[in-house]
Amino acid sequence: MTLSLSLTVNGDRHEVHLEDARPTLLDVLRERLGLVGTKKGCDRGQCGACTVLVDGRRINSCLTLAMSVDGAEITTIEGVARNGAMHPVQAAFIDNDAFQCGYCTPGQIMSAIGLIAEGEAGGDPERIREGMSGNLCRCAAYPGITEAVRDATERLSQNQRKSA
Amino acid sequence: MAETLEFPTGHVRLGSNAGQPLTRRDGMLKVTGAATYAADNRPAGLLHAVYAVSAIARGRVTFLDVAAAKAHPGVVEVITPANRPPLARNPDEKAHGFSWRIEALQNDGVRYAGQPIAVVVAETLEAANEGARLLAPRYEVEPARIGHDRGEVFDPPVVGVGAEPNLTKGDAEVGHRAAAHHVDVDIETPLHYHNALEPHAIVAEWHGDRLTLDVPNQAIAIARSDFAGFFGVPAENVELRSPFIGGGFGSKAILNGPQVLCILAARMTNRPVKLVLRRDQMFGPVGHRGGTRQRLSLGVDEGGHLTVIEHHAQSTTSSFDDFLEPAANASHNLYASPAILTRHTGVRIDTGTPGPMRAPGEASGSAALECAMDEAAEAAGLDPLEFRMRNYAETDPATGRPFSSKALRQCYAEGAKQFGWAGRPLAPRQMRDEAGHLVGWGVGSSLFPNPMFQAEARAVLRADGTGLVEISAVEMGQGALTALAQIAADGLGIDVDKLEFRAGSSELPDGGIAGGSGHTATAGNAIFAAGSDAMGRLADIATQDPASPLFGAGNAGVVARGGRLHRADDESRSEPYTAILDRAGLDHVEGHGSGARNPADAEDYAMFSHGVVFAEVKVDPELYQVRVSRLVGAFAAGRIINPRLAKSQLTGGMIWGLGFALHEEGVHDPRTGRPMNADFAGYHVPVNADAPSVEAFLVEEDDRHVNALGIKGVGEIGITGSVGAIANAVWHATGVRVHRFPIHIEALLR
Repeated sequence: MTLSLSLTVNGDRHEVHLEDARPTLLDVLRERLGLVGTKKGCDRGQCGACTVLVDGRRINSCLTLAMSVDGAEITTIEGVARNGAMHPVQAAFIDNDAFQCGYCTPGQIMSAIGLIAEGEAGGDPERIREGMSGNLCRCAAYPGITEAVRDATERLSQNQRKSA
Repeated sequence: MAETLEFPTGHVRLGSNAGQPLTRRDGMLKVTGAATYAADNRPAGLLHAVYAVSAIARGRVTFLDVAAAKAHPGVVEVITPANRPPLARNPDEKAHGFSWRIEALQNDGVRYAGQPIAVVVAETLEAANEGARLLAPRYEVEPARIGHDRGEVFDPPVVGVGAEPNLTKGDAEVGHRAAAHHVDVDIETPLHYHNALEPHAIVAEWHGDRLTLDVPNQAIAIARSDFAGFFGVPAENVELRSPFIGGGFGSKAILNGPQVLCILAARMTNRPVKLVLRRDQMFGPVGHRGGTRQRLSLGVDEGGHLTVIEHHAQSTTSSFDDFLEPAANASHNLYASPAILTRHTGVRIDTGTPGPMRAPGEASGSAALECAMDEAAEAAGLDPLEFRMRNYAETDPATGRPFSSKALRQCYAEGAKQFGWAGRPLAPRQMRDEAGHLVGWGVGSSLFPNPMFQAEARAVLRADGTGLVEISAVEMGQGALTALAQIAADGLGIDVDKLEFRAGSSELPDGGIAGGSGHTATAGNAIFAAGSDAMGRLADIATQDPASPLFGAGNAGVVARGGRLHRADDESRSEPYTAILDRAGLDHVEGHGSGARNPADAEDYAMFSHGVVFAEVKVDPELYQVRVSRLVGAFAAGRIINPRLAKSQLTGGMIWGLGFALHEEGVHDPRTGRPMNADFAGYHVPVNADAPSVEAFLVEEDDRHVNALGIKGVGEIGITGSVGAIANAVWHATGVRVHRFPIHIEALLR
């Protein structure tokens, strides 16, 4: 029996047909839609490399069966730069050297975007560290990650003030 | 005869690119998800392979339900020892000093839990996973041997990669007799698993007898030739692509069984096959840091000087191969002592074979040595930093050779200043923070050798003034694509923005090994030499051309800088590269270079990066929970090509030290031999919140002997020193000396 679902990923609508209900959102993104920017680090929700936004909320896509997000709006790392301009979080990751090997980076950035949207951490480094601790970085570029999130939070709030 | 350009053979002055804290050249790719890792490749017709693992640690597989796996929809092939086609090389043969025995279904035997025992190939990942599960293996079980006390102990002929297992310098007995204070310290360190965030992955595709591999690899040329050897094809038939490695830490330098099995699956099915390890599979056939049991015996005289260092390390290895963590060698080169005696034994246990893992030997050995030094300082009634300075080695303790450079004293001063070490009370349990937590400060010295490998590079200057440099260098997070490009641009005397840098493929000149903290030194010197070679050719053209302002510059020499050749004796006389090539009617000039240690310097000097780490811990006085509130390191590592990247390597290493001290521990069930914590919920690595304040400072060092560019290495040294500093800070906070890593709460509760 084929199962069908519809996903809107980075603004593009995809009709996905699955042979059964087993594929996770992560595997559907990577293996069927070819969106390989989202990474698999552990496949059990312990490392955060697969973090994407579902309806604006950060989730581990490896712990999410694709069928369970039928109809959802999904944002992946491929969808955060707009009109060729980097998202402020992406720019802050480069400026603050917030990565080494880059494998956890898409998840870190999606998580940071989610965290900033949650509005819980603000510019407090301790809260940022806590809020980003679901995303492992084995290279341990943590000092840069914290600084990048703080920096991006500031850039985004300045942008908001400007546009307000 | 052409007058050739002379380049200095000794110390090389780099151009304007090296030394700059440039942001990463691959930054945009990495923050947009466009950097391609092996598992991201999806060639047309791709099949997915999943291997089934042994649930026992010793014995043999007696049954696999191949029929059930084959019957599962989507399953294309099941490979077991019964139908596995022959390989051109025996997986149990060690072809060279850098090859490990691997498991490639050569028989039904099991030598550790997690060993591949069958491979299922299917149209989808889900079908392959389910097929592997359906194999439901049955076994003939032999008892597992886990831990130092259950395995066979032996005297190894070598430790690490080809290192001597024992050293005797001076007379230990005399040293002990001369001592006023004796310190005996026992330290145990557990197994560590690399756990790069990118699991091992490979995509293999055959086109006739040509093989294309997408596989993260730290030693591209060696791996290419080994893969070719297993499949009986010439090395040039194998194209190995490794543009980005999602963390290596040593485990991606060694060829492993699952890789060979994936290539085999691709040949059997005549389709491209992808095999990606699950996280739990990272605790088996892909290496780890062996566990150690170490004993240090130190003697200290009335003046606070070491009279003897004895260091014995017993390291675990597998039942069938011999890599031993050379932990005791950490005592060879750091502290002056008239007598140094180091010794290794090995113990065979039923795990996969260990291999190099970030600072192999240095990390475990430094942890024990720095704890022992702290106890010795306490026995001598000295501040632990003062004690280390009192035992400062002016020449290499093991060999007596002078150091090629050593700014450790400056590191001690700079680190102590940045940390605020002055005024630290000698006795433990003296400091509290405003929340009532016990506060402790500790210190550890850092040391890491500066090996070099062999590398080749090709440099091209094009008619439009841009450059191209090619080398199979490896970007694994250390920033090779950035730092090596900076050196390459200086070699060609152009701005780095005008340089195209190609790396990460076996089709390029051999970049050597990205390991041993020697990649920037080795590849960097090859790259610079290639650029100099190209500039030499360009200078030949210019100095022989009467139309050039450089005509006849001859022995006065020519300097390549800023896209122009300048006369060395009169820099106002210069000409752009483009003009020289244009007049000569050439579309490019090309140069070649190699990088390796000068054998004479290797004979004459001891070469190490040095440093120091200071730690502050806060310990809950009732729960004894430990938090590392501050880590401050100061390091001297020769010429720093890019301080931004170097600091990230150093702080990353220090946080690895934090993980070693407080978190990381591979636990195998002593009854079954199975890893009990084969995931990130059980195998703890530091998270962001564990490392609130980690800083690394760079101390300048000008090294004329380590290599022409004066580059040492920064990739591994950060772990050394950090582990001991944290343990010593824990003692300073609590008064408890720890004898086992990671430091558990129960070790502190008294």
